[in-house]
Amino acid sequence: MMESNLIRYVSKFRELGLLGFIIILAIVIQFLNPAFLTLGNLSDMLKNTAILCILALGMMLVLVTRGIDLSIGATLALSGMITALTVSAYPGLSPFLAILLGIIVGSACGVILGLLVSKVGILPIIASLGLMNAFRGMTFWVGGGDWVSAYQMPDSFKGIATSNILGINTLVFIAIIIFLFFYYFVNNTITGRQIYALGSNPDSAKISGINANKVYMLVYTLMGGLSGLAGVLWVSKFASSQGDTASGYELTVIAACILGGVSINGGVGKVIGVLLGAFLLGVLDNGLPLINVSPFWQMGIEGVIILVAVLFNTEIKKKVEKNNRLRRVI
Amino acid sequence: MRKWWSFSFLLVIFLTVLVACGQQTGGSNEDNSGDSGSEGNDGQRHAVIFKSTGNPFGEKLMEGFETAITEAGDEAILRAPDQPTVEGQIQIIEELISQQVDSITIIGNDYDGLQPVLTKAMDRGIKVLSADSAVNGASRLVHINQADPEAIGRIQIEAVAEMIDHEGQIAILSATSQASNQNLWIEWMQTELEKPDYENIELVEIAYGDDLRDKSVSETEALLQSYPDLKAIIAPTTVGIAAASKVISDKGLQGEVVVTGLGLPSEMAEYIENGVSPWMYLWNPIDLGYLAGYAAKALADEEISGEVGDTFEAGDLGNFEVTETEDGTEVLLGDPFKFDPDNIDEWKDVY
Amino acid sequence: MSTRTINNVQNFSWKRFMLQWEWMLIALIIIIFIVNSSISPYFLNFTSISDATMTFLDKAFIVFPMVMIMIMREIDISVGSTVALASVVMATTFNAGLPMELAIVVCLLVGALCGFFNGFLLVKYRELSAVIVTLSTMILYRGIAYMILEDQSSGGFPSWFSYFGWGYIGPIPFILLLFVILAIGFALLLHKTVFGRQVYAIGSNTTASRFSGVKVDRIKLIVFTLAGVMAAITAIFLTARMGSTRPNVANMYELDVIAMVALGGISTAGGKGKMLGAILAVFVIGYLQYGLGLINIPAQMLLIVIGVLLIASVTVTNLRVKGKFKTSSKSDSKEKVS
Repeated sequence: MMESNLIRYVSKFRELGLLGFIIILAIVIQFLNPAFLTLGNLSDMLKNTAILCILALGMMLVLVTRGIDLSIGATLALSGMITALTVSAYPGLSPFLAILLGIIVGSACGVILGLLVSKVGILPIIASLGLMNAFRGMTFWVGGGDWVSAYQMPDSFKGIATSNILGINTLVFIAIIIFLFFYYFVNNTITGRQIYALGSNPDSAKISGINANKVYMLVYTLMGGLSGLAGVLWVSKFASSQGDTASGYELTVIAACILGGVSINGGVGKVIGVLLGAFLLGVLDNGLPLINVSPFWQMGIEGVIILVAVLFNTEIKKKVEKNNRLRRVI
Repeated sequence: MRKWWSFSFLLVIFLTVLVACGQQTGGSNEDNSGDSGSEGNDGQRHAVIFKSTGNPFGEKLMEGFETAITEAGDEAILRAPDQPTVEGQIQIIEELISQQVDSITIIGNDYDGLQPVLTKAMDRGIKVLSADSAVNGASRLVHINQADPEAIGRIQIEAVAEMIDHEGQIAILSATSQASNQNLWIEWMQTELEKPDYENIELVEIAYGDDLRDKSVSETEALLQSYPDLKAIIAPTTVGIAAASKVISDKGLQGEVVVTGLGLPSEMAEYIENGVSPWMYLWNPIDLGYLAGYAAKALADEEISGEVGDTFEAGDLGNFEVTETEDGTEVLLGDPFKFDPDNIDEWKDVY
Repeated sequence: MSTRTINNVQNFSWKRFMLQWEWMLIALIIIIFIVNSSISPYFLNFTSISDATMTFLDKAFIVFPMVMIMIMREIDISVGSTVALASVVMATTFNAGLPMELAIVVCLLVGALCGFFNGFLLVKYRELSAVIVTLSTMILYRGIAYMILEDQSSGGFPSWFSYFGWGYIGPIPFILLLFVILAIGFALLLHKTVFGRQVYAIGSNTTASRFSGVKVDRIKLIVFTLAGVMAAITAIFLTARMGSTRPNVANMYELDVIAMVALGGISTAGGKGKMLGAILAVFVIGYLQYGLGLINIPAQMLLIVIGVLLIASVTVTNLRVKGKFKTSSKSDSKEKVS
């Protein structure tokens, strides 16, 4: 009991480290431009980070199983494009059905990847790289080279991103719901635990009766479904759908997970950490344009901050583990 | 188990490819027959390369190009790399050189970076011209200019000045910091702003949205936060202007902050109708492509050589003359077209 | 299984020989040649076939070290950014007055430094995976390139420099010749030296090889530095082809390179694959793209074709490999976690 308390305390501390980093960053930005910590700007920032959070949570589970999904940017674009084309053809369609359609398309993409990884046994990075190309090509193909523009979309559809539920912007609301769901799913369900067990030690997990293929199918389908949802939200938020939507966004999502302490080697990753990782990127995206840095320096600064955050995280983890190792009984 | 899945999966791929090939060969058969037919007539083949695929402006430009070439009874080849890169365009040009096309019309992703490959093409007797986004004078015979960059810079400042009564802070939201067209126009805007007419207008910042929706949105939001008194945003790029207008609409700032610049009518219809952008400009990509098509044909027929003073006829558009610029020669399409609430309805379905 | 991979010397068996993945790739190349020359009248002539190599070989130099990196169960996604940074620094130092010869040396040094930094971080922080490290440096390197050149492009190189991108030795493009030489060199390095055997050993089981005296850290450092150097060579050829450079060149090259290596039969689960496979894969993808380009297929179809080809070919490998290499190798990779 003592031990698990300690570990819990320590891992909390890790998230605190990241939180501290974000707060320091926020103070620095606030010092340089007082417009940063205003209600209006914070709500902009939350809205802009919501989609990233949704995707990062899905990606966390994929990474926990030692997988990776590079196809999410393309999946997002494809489901966004299909949904946009559908609502422009049937303007009467309820926004709920539009969201559902996006989720279905995304899940279908996820199922394909899941099959390739679990049943066919292709390595996730390669399977998703191939699918990334294929889905992106299909997006251009479905859209016929044209974009779906704001005037072609019904107001109800564009309203998804601008409306409020219980006084909270819908995008943020959906992100919160998904966050709560993941928090519960990961910590309190057997399947959630199985995902982590499989990630930290596939062999013993299989011996102890976990159906690995089922878990792989689940995480990739979930990831696909979330990408589909994000696709609808993206198109609704920007009121435009184009073939190269979210090109390269998968790397941003993976970066958010890594910053949040998810290990590429599987088994490790916390919902709160991922949330903080996404926030850190959100603060950077929102804050760097606010402080008057040259646009040419933005990318370099971002790179340095990400590298520092990763190393900072690792140093803390190292220290913590050194302490732990003395106590841990294996 | 795994074997079974692998096998059935391969089977699915195989069948899909077969079906796709069936369709493809169906299509290319027609092409081939057209090919051989036109080759029998000694027909020419003219290629156009846009910046990247899946861009409505590019699709319309290529459509205009194809119309012109078909009118002349030749074959048009429409290409674009999947990403807007120089490397992709170099590869396509190499492929076109191997195909021994008669002319290449390039919408360049870089001003200088295509010079070696385009020089190679010209050495092999292929006529090279650029359109919309120019390549340097040494790597083309002539450039088809949509509009005079000075005029593009000037009208946008004039428009903004009229919208905000010659007074207040304005900002520019551009594409990438590397976009040569945009950078040139912005330079002309800054030159224009030095005139005494505009002494009360202050250009506070030039932001770059990289032609990405999400980045353009955060940049616009940052502009609004940093400059609460901001009166107008000029966005001389299609993604930027739509993203900025979307932000202003969502924040309910109609009338307080105006947006203008260069945008696609289809993307901007919504915001011109709701008043966020009283009016904005663009040229007609179909006409631009059409003119480029006729210029390509005239070059390949050796009617013109791209020298100053050459004239040629461009179908419905009438006669055009090659004129001098700082770097090489060009053909000017005309002034940019103004889109306002009165005419946006008829254009939004066109492009 | 592991003895087979650690020790390359094996009893010769016709069956095993004929079942090698490389034959499949050779068959693919032959099919592509037949199809290409039947659908396009412009494909089957010497100029066309040799000129085509100039369009796709530049990024192929990175394939060599990437094979080793992936055999060691690592990955490097910063190579595209390294190309951009090396190219930008080369152009800037040249325009600052350095002779071109020295600027090229500087370019190679920058590449080596970028690669070394990746390797250093990986060795220093063993618990960090290569994806994280190279993802961060991917952003960092390109960011530095932007800081240096901002919105400018830089060029004006002496005319002899364009020889790298456009020159011929006799009828053969210079780039092809250099590629072949380096390919032989790297193949010998990987398959005929102690160093190469140790690379395989690390990929099969890092912990075991560490215990058996393999200098894992040193080898990783060397291989990552090599990746940087090869990225710099790519930068030289790419810059020569464009005659000028800017910070956004070589975008997404890393994914193209990884696709080639994967198609070449190198498994990211580590310990498997041959240099020859990756080299053949370069030509498979290159000529496929070129051939489809000659019939002017739209870019979106090209994307789909390459994606499907990648997955299909890896699936075929899976059919061939008996036993579950996936689980066995995954349990090995625990070394990093514990």
